[in-house]
Amino acid sequence: MISNPVANSSDRARESSKKKKKRRSQSARDQSENTTQSRTAIPWKSEAQQQAYSSKLLQAIRQARQGSSAPAAPRRGGGAVREAADRVLAAAAKGRTRWSRAILTNRLKIKFMKNRRQRVAVTASSRLKKPRVSILRLKCKNLSTVQRKARVLGRLVPGCRKQPLPVVLEEVTDYIPALEMQIRAMAALAELLSGSASGSSSIEERAWGVPTVKKSLKQVAGKCPAAEFFVRMHQKYLCATVGSHVVM
Amino acid sequence: MSNRRSRQSAEVSRITDDQIIELVSKLQQLIPEIRNNRRSNKVSASKVLQETCNYVRSLHREVDDLSERLSQLLATIDAESPEASIIRSLIM
Repeated sequence: MISNPVANSSDRARESSKKKKKRRSQSARDQSENTTQSRTAIPWKSEAQQQAYSSKLLQAIRQARQGSSAPAAPRRGGGAVREAADRVLAAAAKGRTRWSRAILTNRLKIKFMKNRRQRVAVTASSRLKKPRVSILRLKCKNLSTVQRKARVLGRLVPGCRKQPLPVVLEEVTDYIPALEMQIRAMAALAELLSGSASGSSSIEERAWGVPTVKKSLKQVAGKCPAAEFFVRMHQKYLCATVGSHVVM
Repeated sequence: MSNRRSRQSAEVSRITDDQIIELVSKLQQLIPEIRNNRRSNKVSASKVLQETCNYVRSLHREVDDLSERLSQLLATIDAESPEASIIRSLIM
């Protein structure tokens, strides 16, 4: 399904550098951009993609919980799950988009920063106080409404803080379906674990989320002999509540 | 109106207006609020961007809530149930 990712990313890098140097005719550029986008765009809506994500998510959560050991995490235990989910989502993007690369590199940065955090924080705060006001003024002055909103949007999407408008738009166009898939998979997993059909979600197409997660659970469970019992047990719960949606 | 302004900046930054319009319309299709409620020719670019920001924020919030719920569920499964050892070997 997905061809050589290294070649594709180098193609895109070459294309963007060419854009800066030369002035191509717009139609040619649009054509090449459209074809590269359609070739490398990831089908976030497909069931296969969600299935792959669900199984990797389970493994990642399992690893995360093994690492943090038995007692419940203090404050917000959801942070570890969120991090694992984001990491697996970014990995699923295969490094084609800026936001996915930013998520993966941010984790490395945080790991490095942990030890040097105290030293860096003191110097950074004293340096930032003075020029902060002028930066804010520059931001608000000469930007039109659209540009301002694009800056806000760029801050929301990881890795797009200083990117120009078309780049931000491109990234968001991929980021939103990826987030939707993440939510579908996690909601289905939560439903499966809680054993009830309660809870609401704003995302459509939830009906086929649960069987997808069950399928991926079965794949993971294949290694553990007692897991068959677990799957059958949940099947009993789900058949009572969800009904005909569940097919194993 | 805004086309003139963006065209001026476009000459400086070499990003064409039509390209941006195309990207914005693609984005418009993704956002459920705009797609379901209004006709596509009525919506301005700033409105699309505003709705996108709101939508991304709500998606982030939902992911946070779900991950919180998942971690709680996994914790409670730990505590209760005789099948806990089976589930533990599967999930954890």
